[in-house]
Amino acid sequence: MYPSRFRYEAPSTVAEAVAMLAAADGEAKILAGGQSLIPMMKLRFAAPAMIVDINGIGGLDYHRSDPDGTYRIGALCRHADLEKSAALADAQPTIAAAAPVVADPLVRTRGTLVGSVCHADPQGDWASVMVSLEGAIVAQGPNGRRSIQVADLIDGPFQTVLAPDEIAVEAVIPAARGARAGGYLKLERRVGDFATVGVAVSVEMSGGSVARAGIGLTAVGPATINASDAAAALVGTALDSDAVDAAAQLAAEAAQPRSDHRGSADYKRHVVATFVRRIGAQIQRSEQEAA
Amino acid sequence: MALDEIKIGGLGASRRRVEDNRFIRGKGNYIDDIALPWMLHMEILRSPLAHARIRSIDVSAAWAIPGVRMVLTGDMLAARNLAWMPTLSYDTQAVLATDKVRFQGQEVACVVADDPYIAKDGCEAIVVDYEPLPPIVNPSQAKAPGAPLIRDDKTGQDSNVVFDWEVGDREGTDRAFAQADVVSTIDMHYPRSHPSPIEACGSIADFNRATSKLTVYMTTQAPHIIRAAVALVAELPEHMIRIVSPDLGGGFGNKVPVYPGYVVSILASILLECPVKWIEDKSGNLISTGFGRDIYLKGEMALRNDGRILGVRMHTDSDHGAFFSDAQPSKFKIGLMHSAFSCYDVPAAHLTAQGVYTNKAPGGVAYRCSFRVTEAMYFQERMVQAAAADLGMDQAEFRRINLVRDDDFPHRTPWGFLTDSGQYGKCLDLGLEAIGYEDFLRQKEEARQRGRLLGIGISTMTEPLGAGNSREYDILGIKMFDSAELKVHMTGKALLRTGAKTQGQGHETTWAQIVAHELGIPAEDVLVEEGDTDTAPFGMGTYASRSTPVAGAAVAMVSRKIRAKARKIAAHLLEVSEEDVEWELGRFSVRGAPDRGVTIQECAIAAYSNMPDGMEPGLENNAYYDPPNLTWPFACYIATVEVDPETGVWDVLRVVAVDDCGVRINPMIVEGQIMGGLTEAYAMANMQFITFDEDGNCIGSNYMDYLLPTAWETPGFELHEVVTPCPHHPIGAKGIGECATVGGPAAFVNAVIDAIGDTGVRNIDMPLLPDRVHEAITQGHDVSGAPPVRTEP
Repeated sequence: MYPSRFRYEAPSTVAEAVAMLAAADGEAKILAGGQSLIPMMKLRFAAPAMIVDINGIGGLDYHRSDPDGTYRIGALCRHADLEKSAALADAQPTIAAAAPVVADPLVRTRGTLVGSVCHADPQGDWASVMVSLEGAIVAQGPNGRRSIQVADLIDGPFQTVLAPDEIAVEAVIPAARGARAGGYLKLERRVGDFATVGVAVSVEMSGGSVARAGIGLTAVGPATINASDAAAALVGTALDSDAVDAAAQLAAEAAQPRSDHRGSADYKRHVVATFVRRIGAQIQRSEQEAA
Repeated sequence: MALDEIKIGGLGASRRRVEDNRFIRGKGNYIDDIALPWMLHMEILRSPLAHARIRSIDVSAAWAIPGVRMVLTGDMLAARNLAWMPTLSYDTQAVLATDKVRFQGQEVACVVADDPYIAKDGCEAIVVDYEPLPPIVNPSQAKAPGAPLIRDDKTGQDSNVVFDWEVGDREGTDRAFAQADVVSTIDMHYPRSHPSPIEACGSIADFNRATSKLTVYMTTQAPHIIRAAVALVAELPEHMIRIVSPDLGGGFGNKVPVYPGYVVSILASILLECPVKWIEDKSGNLISTGFGRDIYLKGEMALRNDGRILGVRMHTDSDHGAFFSDAQPSKFKIGLMHSAFSCYDVPAAHLTAQGVYTNKAPGGVAYRCSFRVTEAMYFQERMVQAAAADLGMDQAEFRRINLVRDDDFPHRTPWGFLTDSGQYGKCLDLGLEAIGYEDFLRQKEEARQRGRLLGIGISTMTEPLGAGNSREYDILGIKMFDSAELKVHMTGKALLRTGAKTQGQGHETTWAQIVAHELGIPAEDVLVEEGDTDTAPFGMGTYASRSTPVAGAAVAMVSRKIRAKARKIAAHLLEVSEEDVEWELGRFSVRGAPDRGVTIQECAIAAYSNMPDGMEPGLENNAYYDPPNLTWPFACYIATVEVDPETGVWDVLRVVAVDDCGVRINPMIVEGQIMGGLTEAYAMANMQFITFDEDGNCIGSNYMDYLLPTAWETPGFELHEVVTPCPHHPIGAKGIGECATVGGPAAFVNAVIDAIGDTGVRNIDMPLLPDRVHEAITQGHDVSGAPPVRTEP
């Protein structure tokens, strides 16, 4: 690997890191897991003047539930931490379903959820999952912290609304209004391949019907797609197959795929609908088993 | 008492690979491990465009960077008559572009600097002014009227056609088709693929002005051919050139050709009088070095209702990229494509072939195959399945009817090769039994009733491995023989060198086993060395599964020469005449008095201390082996799959492989070769291809786009064997390195096509991506052609 020349900094606090970013005047990049940044630097697609390595900052590697059910994932929580967590399957089924299919075991050991969301790659899995959960990113800058909905964070391919002197310090998923259910399905040609299509469906069941629903789509548009109309079609239903079919149809319409060597646009839309149906059926099966 | 051959690591011993001792400890010596004093580093600037005229190249900013020692362009090379070099197929290839760039990734300039970072900075500082030209990315564009001429550098080249060629019996084949009850036709494409050894290419050229000696460490599968090529191209005396091929991280044919990086590093070292190292990066390797395949086929079979094949017609259109640089030693323009149908009894056959230039990387290397044999056997087995379907006949039964019978050897193949041995029917039966053929057909029918799609695919083939003989095979006139040199030291330990070059095949292990088999010297007492032209005997290198058939035979022959001399020494030591000496493994004894004997080790010391009067001292010899024929292994591969009708995703259920490669020297290594080959076959069928968009951009320049399967996707393989010794090889071995890569892909594709048989779809071109399978299922039509990059309607 022969990247362009860069300066390397390893701060020990978030405040120190923010100050370095501010001083770098937009020429710095944060290194967390580095699983996207380093390949881009290797190819010299990215040539930041400064790397701010946050791996030495303590206390950012958590994922935990607050007493009220709010779920927090720190900036240095690795995909593998989520994949291996036994508690996650009940608390956050959509995250638990996605964690084992992110990239490959090597990437999962280093890469972070927060970093992946902020990389804003339309083919990234986590942004869709977070959108389906109405998740937010907490960013810290010179003037303190602010929370940004993931659906609002991403404003284009590889683009976010984060300021050059802001660091995303955690991802937050609000508490559920009922029992959580959900799933993530991904079509890839090989483990570690970018998704051809990925679909995240998250629902909150209350009294036998859907109190809240979210659907996020991976790799079928210029950015992660929040299929809100499709999700709305599920709310108030018992997740019966007619409702799921309707949502599947709307999700396919929300997708904006392009034809490429991974598949045609029509095919990708078809897979979006198929995956919504499959996750719906999966949730229904486990609801029935539980009942 | 005779030695136990397995215990001494002889023939048939699954001996652990001795080379792995260093590889698994990180003690291998690959090209990038080598560092010489005062070594400089070279980086290549490549063209971003597929087809463009070069208006100007401004290198001044690169020269200005501290630490940049030299910037080389095509014009500088042209001044030394080195801007173009000959290819292995009698064409020319640009070393650094002068007039035009002809493919994306073509070498445009080189920067030599104190370290690789600076060299790369230097490349970024070079400004090239390109005038874009329309790119050509497939044969139909290349042949279209008014197509831009890619090779306007060649006088007399007025089209993009490289060659037109035909072989076989045109009239006889026409007559066969006239008599046919059924004519089965199929069109398909074998997509462009890349060998992608895990180690890319590289070289360190070290020209010493004081001694005038040029030493080049480089990633080559054929060091002696390189030495000759450097002598001819660079006009250096051959005895002052030393090529060293260190440990190679795979080759698969990719490390046979001469690449511009090698040439420029040599020139830079001569000009700078320092060692110059060039290490290609992975993208450079994928976009510019020798690819494999990229051939279209029109296939026709003349069939009788009872299932007999009466005749075969094939026409291929091959895409050779910008320079015709196929690495292949036959006299034929499309390699050994006409080895198709060699395992079937086909009375008449005719092949026409046309090759074209396109704005894609040159190559056409034999990617783990003997010179287009992979394509030949894939086309054959896909044609066979379509023919069986057209006749409404079971695909196994159709093969059984047409396979060459055991009592029909030697057999003249439809295009004139001579096969010598095999038990084809037995291999097929063993494979069908192992997979549980009848039972699977019942399962498939039951599954179909429930809307599930199961399929079974068979591929049976024999292929020509181990070029020469020298009558028919040469590279640029150098005949295809090989060599071995054996030195038995006085303590009975030995040093063996051959003209082959291992790159993962395990020569250091298996060659010692041949010596053990012939001489009774334990394999662990034999050191094997290859790859240094100053020490190794002249040989043509390792590719096309030729090492065991040719160099391996030379190892046996040189061992026999040593044994013959040792016999004379034994007679002297035992004080009997030579006729009264008998040989058993590792020991000579007196006929009729078996207790009186001497070991081979005792003969060895006597060769240096107590030789008979008049005998030349020492126990060393060499052998050059020119095989009488190719070897013809046979294989039967069977795969079962399940296709998801909703998404087109298919999963492999089981894979059964029956290989007959004659006598197996090291069964473990043979099995490793088969499993590796089947993995590549699965890769080709499922995911691995390089394609290009309309602008000639290479889609597949990195491992996120060019997919190699991991352990996760790769199915398990169930291996079986049949042994029919090769009648002309000294130890009865046949080539094996490539059988599974060659025969395997059709088994997977045939299985998927079988699973969706109800749709009437006859073909989906590889790779069988889910969207292509889904399109076939839902639209009920063939999904053929390349590149499969679909543009918006």
